[in-house]
Amino acid sequence: MGYCPNTPEEIRDMLAVIGASSVDDLFAPIPKELRAKSFNLPAGVSEFELMALMREKARQGGTEIVPFIGGGIYDHIIPAAVDHLSGRAEFYTAYTPYQPECAQGTLQALYEYQSAICRLTGMEASNASLYDGGTALAEAALMALRITGRHAVVLDGSVNPLHREVVCGYLASLEAGVCQLPPAGCEVDLDGLMNSITEETAAVIVQHPNFFGSVADLTALAKKAHDQGALLIVSCYPIAMGLLKSPGEMGADIAVGEGQSLGNPLSFGGPYFGFIATRKRFIRNLPGRIVGETVDTQGRRGYVLTLQAREQHIKRHKATSNICSNQSLCALRGLIFVASLGKKGFADLAALNYDKAEYAKSVLGAVKGVSLVNAAPTFNEFTLRLPKPAAEVVARLLDAGVAAGVPVSGYYPGRDNELVVTVTEKRTKAEIDALAARLEEALWN
Amino acid sequence: MELIYEKSVAGRSGVRIPVSDVPKAAPLPEALRRTEAAGFPEVSELDLVRHYTNLSRRNFSVDTNFYPLGSCTMKYNAKVMEQAGALFADCHPMLALLPGGEKHVQGPLSLVHGLEQQLAEITGMDEVTTQPLAGAHGEMTGIMVIAAYHKARGEKRKYVIVPDSSHGTNPASAAMAGYEIITIPTAPYGDMDLDAYRAAMNNEVAAVMMTCPNTLGIFNPHIAEICEIAHQAGALAYYDGANLNAILGKVRPGDVGFDVIHVNLHKTFGTPHGGGGPGSGPVGVKKALIPYLPTPRVVKNTDGSFGVESHPEGIGRVSDFFGNFGIMVRAFGYIILLGGEGLIEVSEQAVLNANYMMAKLKGEYELPFDMTCMHECVFSASRQLKDGVHALDIAKYLIDRGFHPPTVYFPLNVKEAIMIEPTETESKATMDAFIEVMLEAAQLTRENPDALHQAPETMPVGRLDETRAARAQQVCCEG
Repeated sequence: MGYCPNTPEEIRDMLAVIGASSVDDLFAPIPKELRAKSFNLPAGVSEFELMALMREKARQGGTEIVPFIGGGIYDHIIPAAVDHLSGRAEFYTAYTPYQPECAQGTLQALYEYQSAICRLTGMEASNASLYDGGTALAEAALMALRITGRHAVVLDGSVNPLHREVVCGYLASLEAGVCQLPPAGCEVDLDGLMNSITEETAAVIVQHPNFFGSVADLTALAKKAHDQGALLIVSCYPIAMGLLKSPGEMGADIAVGEGQSLGNPLSFGGPYFGFIATRKRFIRNLPGRIVGETVDTQGRRGYVLTLQAREQHIKRHKATSNICSNQSLCALRGLIFVASLGKKGFADLAALNYDKAEYAKSVLGAVKGVSLVNAAPTFNEFTLRLPKPAAEVVARLLDAGVAAGVPVSGYYPGRDNELVVTVTEKRTKAEIDALAARLEEALWN
Repeated sequence: MELIYEKSVAGRSGVRIPVSDVPKAAPLPEALRRTEAAGFPEVSELDLVRHYTNLSRRNFSVDTNFYPLGSCTMKYNAKVMEQAGALFADCHPMLALLPGGEKHVQGPLSLVHGLEQQLAEITGMDEVTTQPLAGAHGEMTGIMVIAAYHKARGEKRKYVIVPDSSHGTNPASAAMAGYEIITIPTAPYGDMDLDAYRAAMNNEVAAVMMTCPNTLGIFNPHIAEICEIAHQAGALAYYDGANLNAILGKVRPGDVGFDVIHVNLHKTFGTPHGGGGPGSGPVGVKKALIPYLPTPRVVKNTDGSFGVESHPEGIGRVSDFFGNFGIMVRAFGYIILLGGEGLIEVSEQAVLNANYMMAKLKGEYELPFDMTCMHECVFSASRQLKDGVHALDIAKYLIDRGFHPPTVYFPLNVKEAIMIEPTETESKATMDAFIEVMLEAAQLTRENPDALHQAPETMPVGRLDETRAARAQQVCCEG
């Protein structure tokens, strides 16, 4: 049990060296009255019984349901090499590379990851990962407060509601202001955002594409924010960056996002990773670990954790963030994912997502009584208006083995009949056609 | 070694993407389209596999080397847990949040609930949330819960107290949750100075954050009193579970008087450290704080099924879903596999190993606090420093001899600190080999200190110029 290797003889020898008569003696510094009052756990099992239990739980995991749902988390292909290489024990049983000479594997991989995120987002400096999309967006907001010395943000209402909740929680702790704009239908409210920027605004926060799937050109918004001394933070969907203008191209100052769709399995909510990238001039305000290139005593190229004076283990309460462990292994998966697909493969994958979703739009939009709500173009998600409450329809179709989409009403009260539908490259034409047929059935039978 | 980008050849392709079975759509308006494709490497699958396989070989890891990195609990990660984690790869978390979705994800929901129950029993708390994604995230969540508790009582408190030996994340997390920090020095007996603590405690203090055993590996016998002093002032006591591996089944923070705790699944509960994460930092609370836990909560219904709820008074969402679920699967499995007795054996053997290490090394290395330690021991290289050898030099020498170095220069209150945590999964033979090299380093310090300054010489790179890295700020390659 416990993977403890020492034999009774070895334990006896060790105790003799220590000068203790029993292992219990070693716990003598703990006063009797502080000892555990209960420790009621079942007896251990072998790994074979454990796997039987685990298989039973996994069987009730909803994996037979065809997912047309996203909400920030997407069902994408994962090349076999991603699992294989990230599963190398030298990567996954190491820790934070505090000793660079014996951690060049992790350090170089993270440097390559940072380079990949810069290329993805059109930015100049990335850190070595954050926890997830929501916390990355919150960290970006805190970063903007630090950079500008201002005390409030303007948050677009079409940013993923789960992420908005995380941002608001983080900012409320610091008593920073959040101006949340109600969404303008399914679109990014460009005019509303521009009109909400004041001299107290540290940043405008938008999502690209937004929660409803709509895509907007944010170039003018970036300019307007900059004119008023504010930053533009863009939360972007990485797969979409194979096709859409990057945050960097549109003038954003900080790009963040949920990295899950880059080679990380759905895994019921994690582990995933958040990414954050910015302009080089803001690098000292980044949260978390950063890997930098340098040379050794003989001039050989190597990599180290750098700019550590920002971090908690040195700056304590004055650090740019409290983050210590990040999501290194998930970031490595992201790197191997983009390197597997390559420049062309990644762009092709994005185009395929777009094509599939456009096909689904045409088929689902043709279902009797159903209409498309987005006024703007979309990438691989779009919003439908149904002739019935979407929650009802979704619950019914779940029982028929398909997750038809995310009802908008769960996050935007009053918008009962709207449904956000996601179509990744993994959804086949047959599955899309079947969804249309089931939807029609659910609506009219 | 070349970067993957330097191996890229225009036009070379790797993995093929699915073949399209739908018509090509009309293109997006040009104003929305990217002007140039992201410059990802163009390599064959074999190039890719060789590159990352060879990179991996430039790492020390638990599976290849003894890794006594103090405070990080680098124990063996059982392979069966990787198999278990993979079973849940295709479970979509959004299913649980859909209307009527809960019944389709009873397996994963029951696992979340089961882990929460296990951790509550292990720590003596009333309820646990698994939402926080790492230890520091758990700390911040815990302090946010404490802030919400005080706020609900109409109180606005300003300060959080931490000992100077605390992990840097403690003050950093409390600051992110909106508090100012009061730091209490360590007394000569190795624990937070009780008199200074008493003097600092008042009704403006929201909480005291304690790690026990502390970062010196010492169990603080006054821990119940410290909680009591906080409670008398209306403050709460926070337990940083980073060192829980020492006291499994021996002490439960909840029994002692702590109100809020976090545990690090990647330390105590044997989940892999991933080269810096993912971790997982579940938070446990006493009854009075349950209403303030983050959303969503996994609950057991009266019919035995599992559901998802939100707490209207809670602090809201601190992460997107139910936490780092894949890590939670591994910890849940670890607790089941070991069982209660197995977990007790873990803490006993971890403490035995650390005391053995301490006994063997204290002849050569300065031990600032010479008393029975718990799961780790902290030396100082102060004797070696007289010959011009720093803790860092000893660390680099260990690398040449095939050992990952202990944590050095932490805790901050020990000069030239060398913090060794062998963990329970290491054998006497492995530790003896390490001890021999440590003693050799001490001898070499006296005879030829320069040899230590040159180390490491067997790695792909020697000592790296950190100043240059910080100045150059080269954090991504051009292209």
